[in-house]
Amino acid sequence: MMSRLLSLRDSREATARTARRSAWWQRALPRGQSLVTAIPYGWLLLFFLVPFLFVLQISFSDVEIASPPYRALLSRAEDVVSLVLNFGNYRYIFGDPLYFDAYLSSLYMAGVTTLICLVVGYPIAYTIARAPEAKRNTLLMLVMLPFWTSFLVRVYAWMGILDNEGLLNQALLSLGLIGEPLQLMHTQLSVQIVMVYAYLPFMILPLFSNLVKLDGRLLEASADLGCRPWQTFLRVTLPLSKNGVIAGSMLVFIPAVGEFVIPELVGTPESLMIGKVLWMEFFDNNNWPMAASVTIVMVALLIAPIVYLHKREEKALARAAQR
Amino acid sequence: MAESSLHQAAKTAGAKSYLQIVDVVKKFGDNTVVDHINLSIAKNDIFALLGSSGCGKSTLLRMLAGMETPTSGKIILDGEDITALAPYERPINMMFQSYALFPHMTVAQNIAFGLKQDRLSRSDIAERVERMLELVQMKKYAHRKPYQLSGGQQQRVALARSLAKRPKLLLLDEPLGALDKKLRQQTQLELVNMIEQVGVTCIMVTHDQEEAMTMAGRIGIMSEGQLLQVATPGEIYEHPNCRFTAEFIGETNLFGGHVVEDEPDHVCIHSTELPRPVRVGHGITGTMGMPVWLSLRPERVGVSRRQPVASGNWAAGTVGDIAYLGGFSIFHVRLDSGKVVKASVPATHWREEAAPTWNEPVFVSWTDNDAVVLTQ
Repeated sequence: MMSRLLSLRDSREATARTARRSAWWQRALPRGQSLVTAIPYGWLLLFFLVPFLFVLQISFSDVEIASPPYRALLSRAEDVVSLVLNFGNYRYIFGDPLYFDAYLSSLYMAGVTTLICLVVGYPIAYTIARAPEAKRNTLLMLVMLPFWTSFLVRVYAWMGILDNEGLLNQALLSLGLIGEPLQLMHTQLSVQIVMVYAYLPFMILPLFSNLVKLDGRLLEASADLGCRPWQTFLRVTLPLSKNGVIAGSMLVFIPAVGEFVIPELVGTPESLMIGKVLWMEFFDNNNWPMAASVTIVMVALLIAPIVYLHKREEKALARAAQR
Repeated sequence: MAESSLHQAAKTAGAKSYLQIVDVVKKFGDNTVVDHINLSIAKNDIFALLGSSGCGKSTLLRMLAGMETPTSGKIILDGEDITALAPYERPINMMFQSYALFPHMTVAQNIAFGLKQDRLSRSDIAERVERMLELVQMKKYAHRKPYQLSGGQQQRVALARSLAKRPKLLLLDEPLGALDKKLRQQTQLELVNMIEQVGVTCIMVTHDQEEAMTMAGRIGIMSEGQLLQVATPGEIYEHPNCRFTAEFIGETNLFGGHVVEDEPDHVCIHSTELPRPVRVGHGITGTMGMPVWLSLRPERVGVSRRQPVASGNWAAGTVGDIAYLGGFSIFHVRLDSGKVVKASVPATHWREEAAPTWNEPVFVSWTDNDAVVLTQ
């Protein structure tokens, strides 16, 4: 008995030794792998998390006439290191309806933009995905073509179209459809039009890459089982493209909330969006802590639904696995 | 009078054949994929379209399902012309080649998919789904998603889904093509049992002759868009009507030759590859001297060391290759003409003596009823 145990231990040690001896290069391999995966993590850490922490820190600070124009959180007097956190910025944001309105109108504009982009972008993405392969690349190129010109130039082009003496009004006037020019520029409508225009490709591309993977046989199976084309769309195509819809909506919604340039150039001065508030706090008031707080609240507003969706997805997956 | 008797004839034909495919042609551009196919199938028949890939069998199936429209011709099901109907209007359901189960739905939801379209009440749907799950023995897995199932389980869900609507015609596209070989053989008869239990007319498409012969009551051999022969598996194997069928189904030895004696009850064929004329114990529709092919199945060829006493139907040669397959061996015997004849000999044949070995001189022989004359 004893000897058997002993020999067992011996053999175990022997295998461990051979493993140690032979596997140095094998063990180097996973290390190389983790090195490769470390690059994107390092990137995110350096260019996202660290700046974010800076912003977070500034948001708990006060304005000070200095360079940079805010008080450091940690201060040392003699042997005492004191950490002073100022929650006043946040209290101010939640207290002043100006900020609330700005957030609300930003979320509203971004939401409407996302919805319109989805309704307009889905058929476009679907058509491209179902087009013959040779045509597909050309169509995708057309979607991406505007990116080759500067964003600002494109917004200026829209100003040329929507202006009182712009192309659209002139065309409508010469057709006799209207008697006097429509006020299009500097309205909510013009902001909406240009935002949809600017963000549409970000909706189309993820939707396309999802829809192009859709198995045509599933559509045939649906027809075979009695679905008319529109029923097939509602029961098969749309549910299966859910991830593309979510990805596209996020890609449009998130940057649209913080959009600054478009409302500034084609919007009304009265409607305040959060991007504009941020700009004013930062450049006009030179109030970095306030600007930082506005940013942090915005990020929180955007991250909360994403985290919620993610958690729900995880739960659904766990449920499916349990069955 | 003549007209009414014609009408009568059409009616009786209609009663016998549940599905009629009338002169159907399908062209893609200049390419004729399905070439004037005529076929009628009786109710509750299981019919297999057998052919190699690109022979047009899948296109024909897709025309039945409504996913392709015939260039010309008609498809009549249960007395109704369905040629122009859209897939969703046809009382036909299909089990797709790789099943095409909806990945976002559970097994039960997949089966209920078509029933919801029929606007059945919720309780009716639940009951029908339950029965289908029972039929394919998948009750335990009702709430799983397709990706959580094995290939065989997916196949059964696909069958349940296509049977749930009680179609007049069930189409199976390579029903077992996605399964591995062992599972395939086991599933063949299981599938037939389920189909017969429901009692549905069924057309399957396959390139696997074993699958077709095991499952189908009748088989249609297709090649280059044409139906070459339609018959029971036994008839097709024993009495192929052309060279293609003889070679496509099972193994065979083919000899080219011409008719030297043509009697009502027998013919004699002379082939340069065989030493003496072959006597075949059935008449043919042909003329003296016409070129024909002789098909001789390997299991019909005997191998012996002793010279046969009969005057014909044998040849001398030497053993080339031997493929030992356990229960039987296949001897490749090289005749004096240079032609290699394959003979499949059961192991039990060699009880008295040892089996011939490589390079041993042997005789191959067969009887009057073993060879089949092919005129096409």
